[in-house]
Amino acid sequence: MSLEYTLFNSDMKKDYTILVPSMLPIHFRLLTPVFAKSGYKLEVLTNEGEQVREEGLAHVHNDTCYPALLVIGQMIDALKSGKYDMDHVACAITQTAGGCRASNYLSLLRKALAMEGWQHIPCLSANANGLEKGSSVEFTMPLILRILYGALYGDALMWLSNQVKPYELEKGATDKAVNQFIDELIPMFEHGSYKQSKRIYKKMLEMFKAIPQDRTQIKIRIGIVGEIYMKYSPLGNQHLEDYLIEEGFEPVLSGVMDFALYCVENSIIDYEYYHMHEKNHYIYNIVKDVIMRMQKTFRDIVKKDGTFIAPDDFSEVIDNGKAFIDPGVKMGEGWLLTGEVVSLIKSDVTNVISAQPFGCLPNHIVAKGMVRKIKDEYPKANIVAIDYDPSASKVNQENRIRLMLANAKLSEEMKASI
Amino acid sequence: MGYRIGFDIGSTTIKAVVLDENNQICYKSYERHKAQVRQKALDKLVELKKYTKEPFKFAISGSGALGLSEQGELPFVQEVFASATGVSKLYPGTDCAIELGGEDAKILFFQGSVEQRMNSTCAGGTGAFIDQMATLLNMSLEEMNEASLNYHRLYPIASRCGVFAKTDIQPLINQGVDKCDLCASIFQAVVDQTITSLAQGRKIEGNILFLGGPLYFMSGLRNRFVETLKLSDVQVNCPDTAINFVALGTAICADQEYTYDELYKALEDLVHAPAKLTESKPLFESEEDYQKFIERHKSHDAKYADLKNYAGKAYLGIDSGSTTTKLVLLDENDAILYDSYTSNKGNPLDVVLGDLKKIYETNPNIKIYGSYATGYGEELMRHAFHLDGGIVETMAHYTAARSFNPEVDYILDIGGQDIKCFKIRDGHIDDIVLNEACSSGCGSFIETFAKSLGYDAKEFATLGLKSKHPVDLGTRCTVFMNSGVKQAQKNGASIEDISAGLCKSVVKNALYKVIRAKNKDDIGKHIVVQGGTFQNDSVLRCFEQELGLEVIRPSIAPLMGAYGAALYAKKLHRTRSNILNYEQLVKFTHKSQSVACQGCNNHCSLTINTFNDGTRLVAGNKCEKMVHNLDTKKEELPDLYKIKTDMLNAQKKKFKHDKKIGMPLVLNNYDLLPFWTRFFDSLGYEIVWSTPSTKEMYHSGQQSIPSDTACFPAKVVHGHIQQLIDKGVDVIFYPCMTYNVDEHQSDNHYNCPLVAYYPEVIAANMDFDKTKIVYPFINFDHDATFAKAIRMHFEKVGIHFSEKDIIIAKNAATNEYEAFHEQLVKEHRKAVAYARENNHPIIVLCGRPYHLDPLINHQMNQLLTQLGFVVVSEESVPRQKNHKVNVLNQWTYHARLYQAAHYVVENKDMNLIQLVSFGCGIDAITSDEVRDILKDGNKFYTQIKIDEIDNLGAAKIRLRSLKEAIGQQKGV
Repeated sequence: MSLEYTLFNSDMKKDYTILVPSMLPIHFRLLTPVFAKSGYKLEVLTNEGEQVREEGLAHVHNDTCYPALLVIGQMIDALKSGKYDMDHVACAITQTAGGCRASNYLSLLRKALAMEGWQHIPCLSANANGLEKGSSVEFTMPLILRILYGALYGDALMWLSNQVKPYELEKGATDKAVNQFIDELIPMFEHGSYKQSKRIYKKMLEMFKAIPQDRTQIKIRIGIVGEIYMKYSPLGNQHLEDYLIEEGFEPVLSGVMDFALYCVENSIIDYEYYHMHEKNHYIYNIVKDVIMRMQKTFRDIVKKDGTFIAPDDFSEVIDNGKAFIDPGVKMGEGWLLTGEVVSLIKSDVTNVISAQPFGCLPNHIVAKGMVRKIKDEYPKANIVAIDYDPSASKVNQENRIRLMLANAKLSEEMKASI
Repeated sequence: MGYRIGFDIGSTTIKAVVLDENNQICYKSYERHKAQVRQKALDKLVELKKYTKEPFKFAISGSGALGLSEQGELPFVQEVFASATGVSKLYPGTDCAIELGGEDAKILFFQGSVEQRMNSTCAGGTGAFIDQMATLLNMSLEEMNEASLNYHRLYPIASRCGVFAKTDIQPLINQGVDKCDLCASIFQAVVDQTITSLAQGRKIEGNILFLGGPLYFMSGLRNRFVETLKLSDVQVNCPDTAINFVALGTAICADQEYTYDELYKALEDLVHAPAKLTESKPLFESEEDYQKFIERHKSHDAKYADLKNYAGKAYLGIDSGSTTTKLVLLDENDAILYDSYTSNKGNPLDVVLGDLKKIYETNPNIKIYGSYATGYGEELMRHAFHLDGGIVETMAHYTAARSFNPEVDYILDIGGQDIKCFKIRDGHIDDIVLNEACSSGCGSFIETFAKSLGYDAKEFATLGLKSKHPVDLGTRCTVFMNSGVKQAQKNGASIEDISAGLCKSVVKNALYKVIRAKNKDDIGKHIVVQGGTFQNDSVLRCFEQELGLEVIRPSIAPLMGAYGAALYAKKLHRTRSNILNYEQLVKFTHKSQSVACQGCNNHCSLTINTFNDGTRLVAGNKCEKMVHNLDTKKEELPDLYKIKTDMLNAQKKKFKHDKKIGMPLVLNNYDLLPFWTRFFDSLGYEIVWSTPSTKEMYHSGQQSIPSDTACFPAKVVHGHIQQLIDKGVDVIFYPCMTYNVDEHQSDNHYNCPLVAYYPEVIAANMDFDKTKIVYPFINFDHDATFAKAIRMHFEKVGIHFSEKDIIIAKNAATNEYEAFHEQLVKEHRKAVAYARENNHPIIVLCGRPYHLDPLINHQMNQLLTQLGFVVVSEESVPRQKNHKVNVLNQWTYHARLYQAAHYVVENKDMNLIQLVSFGCGIDAITSDEVRDILKDGNKFYTQIKIDEIDNLGAAKIRLRSLKEAIGQQKGV
């Protein structure tokens, strides 16, 4: 007996509310306006807490990776809240189509909905590989562009916010300013005038510079890498960025567009290695070029201004990865994770936390598997892998992070004493 | 410099050190805090008043101190950091410090850059683990230490996590292995665990400092480290301050000044501070509620009768469990004449001997008409006391439960180490779920935990009933529960709340981890719960609360297995029992001796029990060789695992060349061996394959494993590569393969990430000496890029192939591979035909190609043929038409599983068993799907989780129950 489920057809667009699990707090605020213009009514979920985990545990095989548990738990919990018209609600989830379990989240979500007798709730797949035809987001060119800009602005805001928030004089000032800025961005997406990126970046810089800061004591920068959901999602990593800031450190996270570039680069490598995508491989090169140029706009402005540290050039991240792991390793975060760790260390962020779901398969290779090689090359590297799962208690994770932070402080003091 | 005080509050103990003006230790202590962290800290300060001069500097450290530091704004020093500071100040020549605590294991490296490591979330506590083992053996820690010094041989005990180790030890105890050997083996497991999970490739050498309670108190444990690491006496130091070293380091680090009154006030405030509590329902709203509950459960009492004057026939049932032995004697009306429930205390035979003597002494004329045993120690009991027979646990429990509620449709048994659930449909056992090694230890865990907190188990359980806010401790393994308790202690939870929380965890663990219940209809309407753990009212209450159902707990809940065995004896045995009489019992003695079997290359550890009448029982064997007389000819049933192994062996020898290339026989190479042998033959090379895995081989590569939570089949690769390096091969070929062979039965044809990229881990983590490793990224789908990758990568090591030759070789190899597979299918058809001719049931034993490795599959195939099954593999299943599955079907090996499941559904005489390696993330998805396919086809789904542990006990029960269930189904 195969599982019954409902497809999402384009007629549903106008009166269905589509639920999206939370992940990137800043970026995802732009999702609703970005998709509204294409006629999708998106709602990004904000529910957190014990019941999200409980629903996940009850609906998903407990040995499945933690992000699946949280994402699906969050959906079920939201659907049970009574806030939604159950005949006009849908769920959206991403599929990467890689050799990792994450591609199966959609099937797991459908199974979970069926468990509650909600087969009539359609699930929408967001993927770029032509999976789930008939129930996936239709990526039109204008929508793709809006997503691109939304993600780039989100990356820029996240990047700068992490450099300001640890130094803010008035607690909450940075978050407030970021929120205000997003409020101003939203109408632009609604009017379709989101492309004046140079002007927007400059304004953004001014906004961050205007936040009162105390920079007398420079804080140690801590890099966060990891499985994409655990790296960014506060629900997943127990608000790791905030925790680091509270403990007196400055978190460093590369933008989500790097992950997109990583996916594009993989297709290019697939062609180079195995002659896959023979017909359209050149498109990937163009896409890569375009995105990298867009990133460069922001990088150049930050560099020219000189107040803040600019993000890494992605082509360097690629090269940094190559020195340690073959770019053919493309499941999960693949070579990107290794590349990010090395890039961080090279830009003097020697302390790195790798956030990963307990038992994450690719991480055995690209994170824990590469630590020794990286340390042999960079003895100063202080890398800690933190496993997150529904039961690993917070105190255990905190303790490991604390140890790592104590090490970071120690080596900083030693540096100072020389 | 003034006085400095350091506190180290761990999971179970509080340590304090005071340094005087001259940096000398003027006070040190080490005490258990029984979860009363705050009060104990305050008491300690009061005690210290006379040792200090004001103002002094103060800091705290340890996992139990985090909450204090946050809530009371006390200066906190991370514990590993404290140790590191202490070591570099006081023992500057140290290269490496190993510190074992109650639940933590740490290694600090001081050569080069300081590196500090703590055990990860999975690696399990060490001190707590030894405590648990001590309870299990009923020995004090001192006794364990003494005993370990006189060991003769070491038994392999899983080193990854305490829970697994416990599962390994239990059968050894049941087999009657010598305690000295056991204690030393337990210590060795701790050592192996520390080395694998912490050192992770970095060598432990130079001057070693031992720190922490377990290492300080137990010289036997230190000996194991010294021998394993091959250290000399001068290299090793275990200072007097080893047990309070973290506190000492904390005192050294302390830099915040306090007066006594200030600190007193800060600590006193903490004692009175309201605890941070998570909202949760109390077990009982009122006393009345509780009384009602008690009344309701009283109604399920068993009948009792007087043994002394009983003259009729009596029936005996013995349930020899992992931690306890249960014994029941029934009269003709099923009333209990005698019962007992006793902890094994390391020797179950003595327990039963005592009981039987007592029965005969009370009623010397007792006429026993039937005696049956069940449980782990069934065989031992049967042989020792000449019982009439044995019965599978599942059947024993069902027989018992039915006598309490004929309509029973679900039985849940939580014992000391096992959780067993049976679903009953139409009077037959329909589904059996047993806990896997990971979630075990549930019942005995409460007991051990109670003891570690300084409470008696019963008293601890009653405390839970009064809890107002049970804490949430999670549902994973017991190691995480330990951490959960730390968290609760940190938040100031009361002992009542912790007790109730533990009970809740046990229940949730059973429901969500083992049974994986989605809703209560999933379970049943007439639930009978049993097993020792349900004697605890708190557990029972939590269970009912969690399910929202009222369940039946017979008053003899813990005795149900024995009760069922006795009922079974009554049903089956009509003549006088063969059981030993009183005179024979008085003379009864037994001796156990351990030997390594010489029957084959496995060299299983055997325990030979010799009884006073000269009979012997051999336990611990994997095959029947040593147990049965060799002259009784047994029919050998077809076994595709064995056949494929023979075929691979022949294939290995098929091509001879002078030039050699090494390849590890691991993971996907179990599938591709025919391909690669022919491929390199065509290029003029012969492959030197690594031999099948052995424990020693695994250990030889263990030090370089970077991720201890990876699956065992991947971790074993390190040993294979090490073997090839040791053999001195020039070049090892081990390609990375994102894509597998495309069998056109799935949407995509990936390998799993570990199979695909493990060569990267090997290259990054192992020392190759002169050997070179070639690990190109290849894909069979495209000849030109395949040839280019092979050519380029071999060129780097000075071997030149032309791309044209490579393509020719590839084509020849593909034919070879396909012919090999066709042969497998032929063998499969032959085996099935044989089974049908001779009326044998067939098992499709599913897994991955690498589950052929005897170390990985624990010879499950042999166990099955011994039980009378013909065994075929998922690889050998003839190609089926493509079925749609409900998951994204994108891995070649996993698509074979779905195919096999559909195949089994179509064939009446077949059943499927899925072997799942622990930590296999992808099987979390496949197992659900395979189960669904089988369920829809009205077939049993049986999953056996395997890891490095070598314990077939649980698997045996499952397989025997499956056989019983299949037999029953046939009988309908």
